[in-house]
Amino acid sequence: MHLDHPGTPPQRYTYGPATHRPGAPPTPAPAPAAAPGRRALRVGLGGPVGSGKTATVAALCRLLHDELSLAVVTNDIYTREDAEFLLREGVLPPERITAVETGACPHTAIRDDISANVEAVEDLEATVGPLDVVLVESGGDNLTATFSRGLADVQLFVIDVAGGDDIPRKGGPGVTTADLLVVNKTDLAPYVGSDLARMARDARAQRGEKPVVFTSLAREGGVRPVADWLRERVAAWRTA
Amino acid sequence: MPPPSLPPPAARAALLVLADGRFPAGGHAHSGGAEQAVAAGRITDAAGLEAYCRGRLHTAGLTSAALAAAACAGADPLRLDEAADARTPSPALRATARRLGRQLLRATRAAWPAAELDALAEARPRGVHQPVVLGVAARAAGLGPVDAAHAALYEAVSGPTTATVRLLGLDPFEATAVLARLAPALEDVAARAAAAGGRAAADGRTGADPGELLPAASAPLLDIAAEEHAVRAGRLFAS
Amino acid sequence: MAHGVTDGRAAPAARAPAGGVRAHARITAAPHARGGTALPELAGDGPLALRRIRAGAGEARVCLVGAMAGPLGGDRVRLDVRVESGAALCITSAAATLALPGTTGEPARYDVRLTVDDDAELRWLPEPLVSVRGSRLHVTYRVDLAPTARLVFREEQVLGRTGEPSGRLISRLTARSGGRPLLNQTTDYGPGAPAWDGPAVLADNRASGQLLVAAPEFADTPAEAYVLAPGRAAITPLAGPATLTTAMAPNSLLLRTLLDDAHTRTTDTRRSPSGADGPAVSRG
Repeated sequence: MHLDHPGTPPQRYTYGPATHRPGAPPTPAPAPAAAPGRRALRVGLGGPVGSGKTATVAALCRLLHDELSLAVVTNDIYTREDAEFLLREGVLPPERITAVETGACPHTAIRDDISANVEAVEDLEATVGPLDVVLVESGGDNLTATFSRGLADVQLFVIDVAGGDDIPRKGGPGVTTADLLVVNKTDLAPYVGSDLARMARDARAQRGEKPVVFTSLAREGGVRPVADWLRERVAAWRTA
Repeated sequence: MPPPSLPPPAARAALLVLADGRFPAGGHAHSGGAEQAVAAGRITDAAGLEAYCRGRLHTAGLTSAALAAAACAGADPLRLDEAADARTPSPALRATARRLGRQLLRATRAAWPAAELDALAEARPRGVHQPVVLGVAARAAGLGPVDAAHAALYEAVSGPTTATVRLLGLDPFEATAVLARLAPALEDVAARAAAAGGRAAADGRTGADPGELLPAASAPLLDIAAEEHAVRAGRLFAS
Repeated sequence: MAHGVTDGRAAPAARAPAGGVRAHARITAAPHARGGTALPELAGDGPLALRRIRAGAGEARVCLVGAMAGPLGGDRVRLDVRVESGAALCITSAAATLALPGTTGEPARYDVRLTVDDDAELRWLPEPLVSVRGSRLHVTYRVDLAPTARLVFREEQVLGRTGEPSGRLISRLTARSGGRPLLNQTTDYGPGAPAWDGPAVLADNRASGQLLVAAPEFADTPAEAYVLAPGRAAITPLAGPATLTTAMAPNSLLLRTLLDDAHTRTTDTRRSPSGADGPAVSRG
């Protein structure tokens, strides 16, 4: 890995990890240019309140911003709260994060009337593009909320073990149809009495061969299974 | 002034599509100022909602409806956009109108493709005031100025009504009854807006500014409250 | 425009028995040959008597003096003001204008046309217009600003004298800057006006006003929007080179306090409307 030599030109770190000095706010490195000729892959992230959608977005941005040109659209219940969290965390430069307001109906904004989100995605592509991936995070909603295919090319659904280990069994459009099911907070399973094996069995029964990953974002590198899946989807999108 | 005529039956169905609250043009995220009025205690029940909607209908509603009718009657949409700016002192409301105009244009270009709509999108990629787009959209859908006015006015009152149901937990039956009670006033204002829009379009054909004589009815409290709402933390609606 | 009438005395008042008064007053301000501003035309008429009062630095001042009660129902009063390039004019009034009911039930009309040329300045700061019970008045203000004109325009409406219901007061303000629409709005208050005292328009307030400040600097550096008083007053940058303060209050005194505050915030050279250091606009 890179060593932090004094006088090293900043470009040196463009494709390496962001250099963090203790106490300094994180400064994301300039994003690499996206492969030309194709609009960004639009990735929807849905799931119930508190399951870790924003944390997943933040972790993906931290891990992937060196290798992919990323931007984020948040759909907040209360205006801009998630966007402001991401800005505070410094996971991406502010111009790569946009908030869409949803009028107390977050599922409407990602499914029934996607116009504000599509505008936001296109604006990001126009102002900071070309982009490889736009992550569209839905406002926390219920198990029926899924993304319109007019907005998201692929979508992942984030649930957590603390929300109850019967969620995969209950199904619902989010659990059954998402391209990736993320079961987060596995580190909490022993404390809330959730049976991860049962969740995996139930998810397979509901989803067939569609992938499921178990994550613990609280742990270092916890988002890697999601990031690996995303890399594959980006590669497939580029060659499609 | 010729009496406003009813649209042909096929066009009437198009009006239902255009005025449907589920038409995907972004309206669901906006409260038409109701969120701020609720927060300030100016709407607390169905009676307050009705008074609020009646005020909006005769002020901002009339102004929007006349712009929509003028655009539908063929007045230059870019000059009407300037006229709409001059009728919208609140920068928050100007930004909202342009954003919603852009979203409506997207939905309309899918629903009723037309060269006029494409030209408008190309001329103003950052958006045109929503009522102006609504007028051009109505035209593309085969509707007339009075239909465009109806659509603008229905939106002016149905937006705050839906929002108030969500914000106050207002009984949805009572809320719908409010809309029904407003129907005669809405008809009346639509006729006035359509007549004014028709005259404006005729003025425009003579080279005059089509926006100059259009209604400019304003409601100062809506403008003040829109600025308050724009800087309000923790709001649910975009406007 | 005909120059030469410098006498501010009102023409003999002629109140026609049925149709009401017809009056047309004119003011023209132009740069004086020896510096400052001259008034080559100062022609009062009917209820509009005009008095030149002590001048400020470079600025001529005219006071509107009510020569008779009014406007009464049926009256048609017009005032044309032009400020020519290089001149500065301030117009005030000696007292509030009372809109009174006439005998015919016909509305009164008061039409004001303000034209400000390049590098000229007009400050229009009259006392409030009071809509007396039973009166009906249509006011129109037509403002034409050249691209580098400066304007401070205050309008205050008081809806009824103390403890009295309002008359009907319809006011239309049409302002253009450099030939383009700048501000166009109509208010309609009082009996017969729909929903004027409801939660979308004025609520419980009975004094309503605005302050329009136009200056060429706003074209490059628009002022920031600022809520002066929640539910009462906001300063808003217009799409053109101007800011508008919209204000309302239970009475005229509180309204004036808000508009005076807005006046300082939107014409002070050193402050943005919020009071922070930042872009603001000089009066030149």
